[in-house]
Amino acid sequence: MDQIISNIGLLLEFPIVNLKIIIDGVMIGALFALAAYGLALVWGVMNVKNLAQGDFVIAGGYISWWLAHQGLHPLLGVPVSFVIMWGIGWVCYKLVISRVIERDLFTSLLATFGLAIMMAQIMNLLFGSDTQSLKLDYETLYFADGLIDVPIAKLIGVIMAAALAAAVIIFMKSSRMGQAIRATAQDARAARVLGIDTEKVYAFTFSLNSAICGAAGAIIVMVWVIQPFYGITYSIRAFVIVTAAGLGNLPGVIAAGLGIGAAEQYGSHIFGIGYQQAIAVVLLLVVLVYRLAQQRRVRQVLK
Amino acid sequence: MTMAQKKWLFYALIIAFTLFAPFIFPAFRTQLATLWLMIIVAVTWDMTGGQMGYNSLGNIFFYGTGMYVAAVVTIGLVYDVGEYTGAAGGGKYAFTDAQYFTGLVLGTIAAGVFCALSALVLGYVLFGLRGPYFAIGTLGVAIAAGELVSNWDWVGGGQGIALPVFPGDFDSAKLFIYYLFAGTGVVLFIFVKWLYATRFGAAINAIRDDEEKAEAMGLHTLMYKLMTWAMSAFFVGVAGAISAFQLIHFEPLETAYQTINLGIFMVVCVLLGGKGTLWGPVIGAILFHIFKEVTWNYFLGWQWVALGALIVITVVYFQDGLMGWLQHRKPEWFGMRVEKRDRLAQEASE
Repeated sequence: MDQIISNIGLLLEFPIVNLKIIIDGVMIGALFALAAYGLALVWGVMNVKNLAQGDFVIAGGYISWWLAHQGLHPLLGVPVSFVIMWGIGWVCYKLVISRVIERDLFTSLLATFGLAIMMAQIMNLLFGSDTQSLKLDYETLYFADGLIDVPIAKLIGVIMAAALAAAVIIFMKSSRMGQAIRATAQDARAARVLGIDTEKVYAFTFSLNSAICGAAGAIIVMVWVIQPFYGITYSIRAFVIVTAAGLGNLPGVIAAGLGIGAAEQYGSHIFGIGYQQAIAVVLLLVVLVYRLAQQRRVRQVLK
Repeated sequence: MTMAQKKWLFYALIIAFTLFAPFIFPAFRTQLATLWLMIIVAVTWDMTGGQMGYNSLGNIFFYGTGMYVAAVVTIGLVYDVGEYTGAAGGGKYAFTDAQYFTGLVLGTIAAGVFCALSALVLGYVLFGLRGPYFAIGTLGVAIAAGELVSNWDWVGGGQGIALPVFPGDFDSAKLFIYYLFAGTGVVLFIFVKWLYATRFGAAINAIRDDEEKAEAMGLHTLMYKLMTWAMSAFFVGVAGAISAFQLIHFEPLETAYQTINLGIFMVVCVLLGGKGTLWGPVIGAILFHIFKEVTWNYFLGWQWVALGALIVITVVYFQDGLMGWLQHRKPEWFGMRVEKRDRLAQEASE
């Protein structure tokens, strides 16, 4: 308890530390937002809540990590992970997801949970249970007398995440496939009537989601650490963000992603690093209960 | 022999098998105890998931909490818990036989009651969530609890906590734990068999089938949901407490709040056997346990992948479970009558 109070005191005494925490949080939050965007896409288009989301992220990270050990530059690992995870996502779709779309929501939740367990265990067998990361030998920028440090590697990671997000958004807005995806999300039956092959759209959307996650994972392995069983926390974070922002609300997803990144950094600064996972989960409960309270208010008005 | 007599004979055979199984298969005593644990958690999961339509992914919360409550009560009756966990088995903390059994009885009861109460509190918050949100919310509770307990030094933090050892030799300890699990399982089964036949059972089935309609008919749905979850939590808490005495030493993330192991196994057991049936969870737990042990012995290293695959396959291809499949094939076994015309139409369509 004393530790917590002294940590809060530190924040008030040195306001500049707040800035450092926020910068760190926003950098990590950008990657959370990417995974959450993929989740919102799949959720909105085919009404599947993918609990394997985080494991796709970690899988992308391991692909990049493994390739880097074979001599590939870590930055090139990002597009390569994107492509490989596209393929893995397509296989997952064909084997599992395509069979649960029409079923109730708990079925898809459980099926993807099973998928998540399988993926985590396969990665554990292939790569071992140690935490892994890739070190990029770039400099670190210092501001405010060295109180704020920004490694260039992290900066590159954030820029890549932003570029990927921008590319996906432009693709969704202007390409033919992007239009088909949005049409299917609005009304799958009407889209079928109008000649859109929704089966193809579903397969494409799920593969795209998996690829986005893979790229996010390849960035995370450069700026943070990965471990086979970290996936579930990423899934939970993605759920927090999407639940807080709502479906089809892109600015909301980005804002919530950056916000949860900052909130986690604050939490782990105040309570200690051991609580980082717990904070992500507690945030989920807070958001769910808040949403519930909101609904209650609506119901009261309807009486 | 009449139908009723056959039924009683069947139950008598099961009770006899339950009583003598550890002597028929003395090498499998721990396995049989674990099998009873699986049956208990599967049947309790089915109370909310199958009968009431609320799919919880966080029932493991009550298992872990039951373990910790039992441990804290047992130790707390004799020593200071903080000092005990701080010493981490320094050897100076001995328990007499009387202290062990008092702790066991009071700890197990306390675990059940505490879990039932926490189900009431959690349920009050979470039962507003419907469908998948309820599943995700309960999963969140279980994960958060594990993380928080592993940071709580008073109960041993990530190192876990150690209970006193059973006063007696190793074999009688195994036998004792087996009968505790089996007794709880039998009591639970009789309880749910009675419960599902009452008005209460009809009410929770109505909630599953159409909650709005049930509410419109004048059922106080929240009360029914809370009561059902509390009853199921009581038994899971008791099972957790017995597990704590079985394992002696346990830690929060992998043993107590084992979200991805037992937490998901109980759901798979129910789906495998058949959701919303009396015998489904029991049969599912037996099938699942056998599958698990076989993969553990023959696919060492890949057993977890095999289990993940089993989950996916069960959910995707075999969701009605064994009982659902039988009900579809042989409705007359379940006291249902199908008109000959419908039967022919069904056969023609297949």
